[in-house]
Amino acid sequence: MRAIWRVFGKEVRETLRDRRSLFTTLIVGPLLIPALIGTVISLAIRHSGTENTGPIMLSVAHADRAPRLLGFLRQYQVEITTVNTDRERARRLVAHAQGPLLYIPRDFGARLMAGEPAPLRLYANESNRSVQGKVARLSSLIALYSGTIARLRLVVRGLDPQLLTPIAMHLIDTSTPQSRAALTLGILSYAILFTMLMSGLYIAIDTTAGERERGTLEPLLTVPVAREQLVYGKLLAACAMMLVALVLTVTVFAITLPHVGLARLGMSANFGPAVAAGIVLGCMPLIPAGAALMILVASYTRSYREAQTYVGLVLLVPTLPLIFANILGLAPRPALMAVPSLSQHFIIMGLLRGQPLPGGEVAISVGVSLALGAVLVQLAGRLYRRERLLG
Amino acid sequence: MIEARELSKRFGALSAIDGVSLRAADGRITGLLGPNGAGKSTTLRILYTVLTPDGGEAWIDGVSVLAEPLEARRRMGVLAHGAGVYPNLTARENIEYFGALHGLERDVRRARAAELITRLEMTAFADRPAKGFSQGERVKTALARALVHQPRNVLLDEPTNGLDVMAVRTLRRLLGQLRDAGHCILFSSHVMQEVAALCDEVIIIAGGRVVAQGEPEALKARAATASLEEAFVRLIDSSDRGSAP
Repeated sequence: MRAIWRVFGKEVRETLRDRRSLFTTLIVGPLLIPALIGTVISLAIRHSGTENTGPIMLSVAHADRAPRLLGFLRQYQVEITTVNTDRERARRLVAHAQGPLLYIPRDFGARLMAGEPAPLRLYANESNRSVQGKVARLSSLIALYSGTIARLRLVVRGLDPQLLTPIAMHLIDTSTPQSRAALTLGILSYAILFTMLMSGLYIAIDTTAGERERGTLEPLLTVPVAREQLVYGKLLAACAMMLVALVLTVTVFAITLPHVGLARLGMSANFGPAVAAGIVLGCMPLIPAGAALMILVASYTRSYREAQTYVGLVLLVPTLPLIFANILGLAPRPALMAVPSLSQHFIIMGLLRGQPLPGGEVAISVGVSLALGAVLVQLAGRLYRRERLLG
Repeated sequence: MIEARELSKRFGALSAIDGVSLRAADGRITGLLGPNGAGKSTTLRILYTVLTPDGGEAWIDGVSVLAEPLEARRRMGVLAHGAGVYPNLTARENIEYFGALHGLERDVRRARAAELITRLEMTAFADRPAKGFSQGERVKTALARALVHQPRNVLLDEPTNGLDVMAVRTLRRLLGQLRDAGHCILFSSHVMQEVAALCDEVIIIAGGRVVAQGEPEALKARAATASLEEAFVRLIDSSDRGSAP
């Protein structure tokens, strides 16, 4: 047992001295990634705010051909600027412009009078997300105008305008402010799990590939200590780094997220110390499994560089269930809580939504993650017994 | 005392050593001499318990390296090939870490490290991180690390590789002191002059077999020549012819 602690102490000391690995472990991971995500979320919130409210800037070519339509649009906060252009130039103009352009063809008025479908052309660059929202609003406004004319035509002909509405659908949005925000915050659980795993990377690689490359592995194997204990000491050090990173990341999120405009989505009250502690406790059981997995993968590589590549790929593995969960719209249920990393994702999301998962499901997550950790730690412990390790 | 009987080891299709038996006595410096790829390192690695032999047995002070590897490791100090050290620890910390892994208490390992640092003339760089060490400084650190638990048996794999004349002299003097204190020293080398200058006993190994073992004078007499180098070449040659069909 004492040997485990001595290895642990030396690994921690060495990591603290290595500025580069310390920078990645404690700065890039826990500080930079939350800051980056905070910025992205704050942008997303501001954007989603401006899409559906506020005025729409609309350029109109040949405004004189449809004065009533434009008058109608003005009532709904559409600010119109007239431009002089033909169809070809309109297309080019819109490709780079911020807003859409409405082109009113010569026969618009005549066809409207004749009761035939009157053509309109709306040019817009929909690859710009903010334009998408504006186009949708414009389309529904014009549809509304068109519908009004249709109704009037029916009334004039002595028909009931209700004939035009065979189905009346009402959309009832059941999302709460919390759940809408949680959708935006889906990347958060990914960031937490990723930085947590990444912090164990250096020590994990160092256990096998690093020791071998520096030529310290053979001397280490000649000390009178059972070889598993050497691995356990390193594993423990990797776990400690991961725990520090986890606590740091969650703390940084808890401090910064309330300032990025989450209040508008009703989230700020939800990321307090209790939620932060819950997230840390929910993710902790995954630490031993993550550390042991990285050590195992690194042991099969021949050099430090190769180990970095493969272990880097391993860091993506826990994110796969998260992606599936998003695409398939998975909801927590006992069977899924047996999938490590996915279950941690559910625990984090549940806490952020203000709907913590039932104790039974959390217990499954904790139990399975720890069991997997125990198996992987056992396997890692056997590593130093293999001669192949010497390379 | 180090003993090996009929050690053999294969790596896949390649037979690294085949029936190596040897004996290195206390109070003597024994040199394992042979060309590159002869099986010197493999033999040493089996003795210091990093490799498991496919056949044969070995003992350190009568303790089987196969049956009781931990006990065997306690009885030997090892300078492995390349002398790697932890770059972010100072020389002193490198030495004390191994003292800790050998189960020495804090006071004891501090005192031992300090003593070895003086003895190996490492004071100038003892408290610098090992990152920027020269090969000589690294070897000294690795050697002090191997001796921190005062082992009775010392195994060194090509210890003089990359050392300058001054460092080689320090090393020779230290090995001589250890011998005079009754330690058993076994080291491998492919440098003839070194073995001639240092060894009480020479084991010549070639093609994974022991070709000859004896005192330098006896080997010269056996090969009927006045130089050890000539003896070495002739003995290896004759073994080649002997094993040819």
